Amino acid sequence: MTAVAIRRPFRRWSVLPGFGPALGFTMAYLSLIVLIPLTALFIKASGLSWTEIWGIVSNSRVIAAFRLTFLASAAAALVNTMFGLVIAWLLVRYRFWGRRLVDAFVDLPFALPTAVAGVALSALTAQNGWVGSLFAPFGIKIAYDVPGIVVALIFVGLPFVVRTVQPVLQDLEPELEEAAATLGADRWTTFSRVTFPALLPALLTGFALAFARAIGEYGSVIFIAGNKPGQTEIVPLLIVIKLEEFDYRGASVIAVVSLLISFALLILINALQRWLGGRHGRN
Amino acid sequence: MDEIKHNDRPALRDPRWARLAIFVLGIGFLVLFVVLPLTTVVVEALRKGVGVYLKSLGDPDTQSAIRMTLSVAAIAVPLNCIFGVAAAWAFGKFEFRGKSILLSLIDLPFSVSPVIAGMVFLLVFGLQGWFGGWLREHHIKIVFALPGLVLATIFVTLPFVARELIPLMQEQGADEEEAARMLGAGGFRIFWSITLPNIKWALLYGVLLCNARAMGEFGAVSVVSGHIRGLTNTLPLQVDILYNEYNMVAAFATASLLAGLALVTLAAKSFLEWRFADQLALTRR
Repeated sequence: MTAVAIRRPFRRWSVLPGFGPALGFTMAYLSLIVLIPLTALFIKASGLSWTEIWGIVSNSRVIAAFRLTFLASAAAALVNTMFGLVIAWLLVRYRFWGRRLVDAFVDLPFALPTAVAGVALSALTAQNGWVGSLFAPFGIKIAYDVPGIVVALIFVGLPFVVRTVQPVLQDLEPELEEAAATLGADRWTTFSRVTFPALLPALLTGFALAFARAIGEYGSVIFIAGNKPGQTEIVPLLIVIKLEEFDYRGASVIAVVSLLISFALLILINALQRWLGGRHGRN
Repeated sequence: MDEIKHNDRPALRDPRWARLAIFVLGIGFLVLFVVLPLTTVVVEALRKGVGVYLKSLGDPDTQSAIRMTLSVAAIAVPLNCIFGVAAAWAFGKFEFRGKSILLSLIDLPFSVSPVIAGMVFLLVFGLQGWFGGWLREHHIKIVFALPGLVLATIFVTLPFVARELIPLMQEQGADEEEAARMLGAGGFRIFWSITLPNIKWALLYGVLLCNARAMGEFGAVSVVSGHIRGLTNTLPLQVDILYNEYNMVAAFATASLLAGLALVTLAAKSFLEWRFADQLALTRR
């Protein structure tokens, strides 16, 4: 066993046992559950010619779904970024009664099943709901229309910005802001010229994480969206509809496009996190 | 420490109006998006009284959904737990090439839409899928049955335990285990007596999050379940069915069970973060 390990050039020698079985099991499990099934998706989609793929993707209903998913996700991530900064600031900089409870509740969207969030938010924002009835007199419809989709996506993305900004704000040297104040900057100038630039990588990372999550979200949105084809139909719903019609090829093509977008976002997020880590580490 | 850091530093004190605005905006936002939805679930579930609430929970289909959700979690969570520990052992205690690429593969399920996580199993095990014909010949049901629900759930919850344990075990290093090895302890002895006590709270933390997601997953299981009432419905799918039938009290009663689970998870998670912060991975997202 040891002799074999020494000959293996890819691993540093260790006295501990179990490397082979542990890595072997990890890789086998990961392949069986994630990698091979995902490959099946790509193989299914690659069985089509370019014209067939183009035919599926260029369909007006598909384009409308991608457009809606993108815009609603971006709007929700933007709202999350602004309020995420406010909440992170509140939790790090101020001391008040119930702060721990508020801190814990930020993670609720991670713990609450999306279906529950979906039914609760749609009941809340429907025309006769507590919040919806406040907007109804002005002719603003939230549930069963585009604003409802944004509301659901804001809910699922809520923790991301708070949780990326919070540790950075926590570790920010107070001396930086004091130096700015000493040099005559008022509180706003200090914030916009010193604090905000230091938080920018974390804010961008949080935005990207919330956006990436929103792109794939299904459970909470379908209850509140109204799901009208071409108008309030998001990409994951379109995939489900195609699957229910047994149009597996169409579903696969849309899924592959959506996956490629997610992977591109993942690479972007990793780059952002390295940037964040680098800046964060140097301080 | 923090108190001193921020309160006794006048340069860091925001103007009164700014403090008030931040407080009102932050708390207002959380009330709107967190407190109100939770309250709605309770109010709607109890709209026709406690009797109707309890009666709708006693419905046979809802009972069967509870059993289904528990069964799926009882299989998926331990498997992902074993996976997480194995992965953390390999990644945390050994140095080898290609580690960072393999690590990002473990996180992959978090970037895949739940709907896609479910549909890939249709493509492999469904009737039109790779093994569809073979499975039918041998009368094995995977999709639209418990195994499919379990597979889809394992897919979406795969990273939870691993991503708690890997950074922690990397941080802890292998010194203690190596010392035990030098003193003659075998692999399992090392794990039980040295590693497990060091990671137990992080493991519990990962299991909590994994379980919450496993019991609450909607998109992925929705695609593979086939929505067969009383047979392949989990609790979140049951909420969907009842809601679409405009059976609001029953839908919200079922949802209240899941909301309760979320609150218990949140409380346990916060307790672990507060009490055992030093024994959890510090490099969380």
